[in-house]
Amino acid sequence: MSAGDWTLASLWLAVIASGLYHGVNPGMGWPLAVSAGLMEKSPRALVAALGPLTAGHLLAMLLVLLPFALLVAVVEWQRTIQIGASLLVVGFGLFRLANRRHPRVLARISPAQLALWSFAVALAHGAALMLVPIYLGLCREAELDSGHAAAGALINTNLGMAVLVATVHAAAMVAAGGCCAWLAYRYLGLKFISQSWFNLDTVWAVSLVLVGAIALALSLV
Amino acid sequence: MNIRPDPTFHASPKLAMEAPPESFAYTVLLSPDFSKPDALAVIDVKPGSSSYGQIVHTVTMPNKGDEFHHFGWNACSSSLSPLTGHAFLERRYLIIPGMRSSRIYIVDTKPDPTKAAIHKIIEPEEIFRKTGYSRPHTVHCGPEGIYISTLGGGGKNGTDGPPGVFIMDCETFEVLGRWELDRGPQTLHYDFWWNLPRDYMVTSEWALPPQFENGIVPEDLLSNKYGHRIHFWDLRARRNVQTIDLGANHQMALEVRPAHDPIREYGFLGVVVDTTNLEGSIWTWWREGGKFHIEKTATIPPEPAAKEQLPPLLQGFGAVPPLVSDIDLSMDDKFLYVACWGTGEMRQYDVREPRKPKLAGSVHIGGIARRTKHPNGKAFAGGPQMVEISRDGKRVYWTNSLYSTWDNQFYPDGVPGAMVMANAKPDGGLELAGDYWVNFPDGYRSHQVRLDGGDCSTDSFCYPSV
Repeated sequence: MSAGDWTLASLWLAVIASGLYHGVNPGMGWPLAVSAGLMEKSPRALVAALGPLTAGHLLAMLLVLLPFALLVAVVEWQRTIQIGASLLVVGFGLFRLANRRHPRVLARISPAQLALWSFAVALAHGAALMLVPIYLGLCREAELDSGHAAAGALINTNLGMAVLVATVHAAAMVAAGGCCAWLAYRYLGLKFISQSWFNLDTVWAVSLVLVGAIALALSLV
Repeated sequence: MNIRPDPTFHASPKLAMEAPPESFAYTVLLSPDFSKPDALAVIDVKPGSSSYGQIVHTVTMPNKGDEFHHFGWNACSSSLSPLTGHAFLERRYLIIPGMRSSRIYIVDTKPDPTKAAIHKIIEPEEIFRKTGYSRPHTVHCGPEGIYISTLGGGGKNGTDGPPGVFIMDCETFEVLGRWELDRGPQTLHYDFWWNLPRDYMVTSEWALPPQFENGIVPEDLLSNKYGHRIHFWDLRARRNVQTIDLGANHQMALEVRPAHDPIREYGFLGVVVDTTNLEGSIWTWWREGGKFHIEKTATIPPEPAAKEQLPPLLQGFGAVPPLVSDIDLSMDDKFLYVACWGTGEMRQYDVREPRKPKLAGSVHIGGIARRTKHPNGKAFAGGPQMVEISRDGKRVYWTNSLYSTWDNQFYPDGVPGAMVMANAKPDGGLELAGDYWVNFPDGYRSHQVRLDGGDCSTDSFCYPSV
């Protein structure tokens, strides 16, 4: 495999890994699926709850990725866009480090509005933003393959890439979260809910800074 | 902030019952003539401890005339709700409202309950300015932070506008503002509680400050002017969805006790007195087909008494009303405890069939006419009042004072502070513990009790017991 292939593989791995990371984090919602299953006394309710949780997450990813998908078509600004996006992610990570307050708006969402909650929580915590540098890296790799395509085709490619990245990420997220929910529901019991819950606020904010910093370093190379 | 959830946060009521038993009880003390500052007493309740049943620490407040009544924790098991993301708070601060002063004290119970100290004081002006409410009352931790119900609206008499619930930040203890967006017909307030996953709140009614601050107003009671309705709310939308009138004769609908297991959509309500026959009553409410329903499911009759045994207020009736001043539901939702402050009885009802409570146990202590002594021979003034059940359901603690001016009307000889404990048998039955008797400082009355690690009138859960 060429260096490009390796980069491409590692970027896709990053999309999947970040999905798994979001999925196992209780803050992204799998304990809600456990609650749904237990309240309805049915594993079906658990699985059904994963649907809106994934939909909300996916929508948040798309909402953040799509503007970038349109932007990167402006080929001559690509470097600027990458630097800007990296700084944005670093900045948001620093903001999360400084401001530990939980967004109050999340507390106003009813337990019945799982998709809306998942969408809001993914935006508020910067989960979607975390994908931007990886996505931009993938676009760059794809572009190397296709050469200098016409602007229209490039936009289509980039939009398609955004949808693909968001979908793969959300699939990994629901797989990991679903596993946690199912294990807690079926085998590990409710005690697992509090036992598996670690305060990831700092780790989360630092991951954002790290992802942004790596992307920044790469775009400056 | 913890790295892991506080070990006293439990996902379900069943897990809370399996947790280690309580080591300390917190009881608020009030100076009924306002000559001394109110205080918080920390009591050792570890069986076998050398200071068992004794006050091991007291936090005395810097002001006088607060009149402590109900209080609560800054955080509880409800913090484990993944929707709200407060899982890393500590159950650490006690939020103690002064009902007469509208001042709120935040008391830090860490690193050790015997070193508890005042962390912050919220002056009444801040509450008036930010909420338009006064006379803070019940405290619960919930989705949007700390919720505090009030008994008064604005103005000196607390009658400018209706009372309601306000929200306080659970980390900075900053008063954030009113909770209600649409209160519907609600104009009076007392207690509140909720079902978190089902997303509804239930509130009850006592009276406005002029009807309780200087004592009960007999004319208002006999003309049925105290609260007699129950309100149901959409918890997140902050909107009244239904109000049910119990009938005007059912005066003072006080404590709201929903089933702890959130899968169960019912709860109980205690009514102090029926003005047609002086009986006290227990009501069961439930949700069915999206609507709330309520019905009277148990009554407690008054007891005849000679005129010379009665305070002037009751002499015309020739009977002692039970005066159901508090109720509390065990963590497994099996037993409902009913404090009959007038007749001096603690009743234990088996409520496994919620709409058919069955009397399962009873102890007499104190009482207006009976004046039953404690098994240790000591006189117990007043009657069973605020009741608290250990998480495992085996121990039931209670105090004897209701409210300074009301104490004086019903028990003119005074109500020196007392706190006792009864052992509850697993299948029903109640017996006073002869070795549990707390000596409170002279001149103080005792009110609500909280247990470290949570108790049956504090915690609300986001997952059912399975």
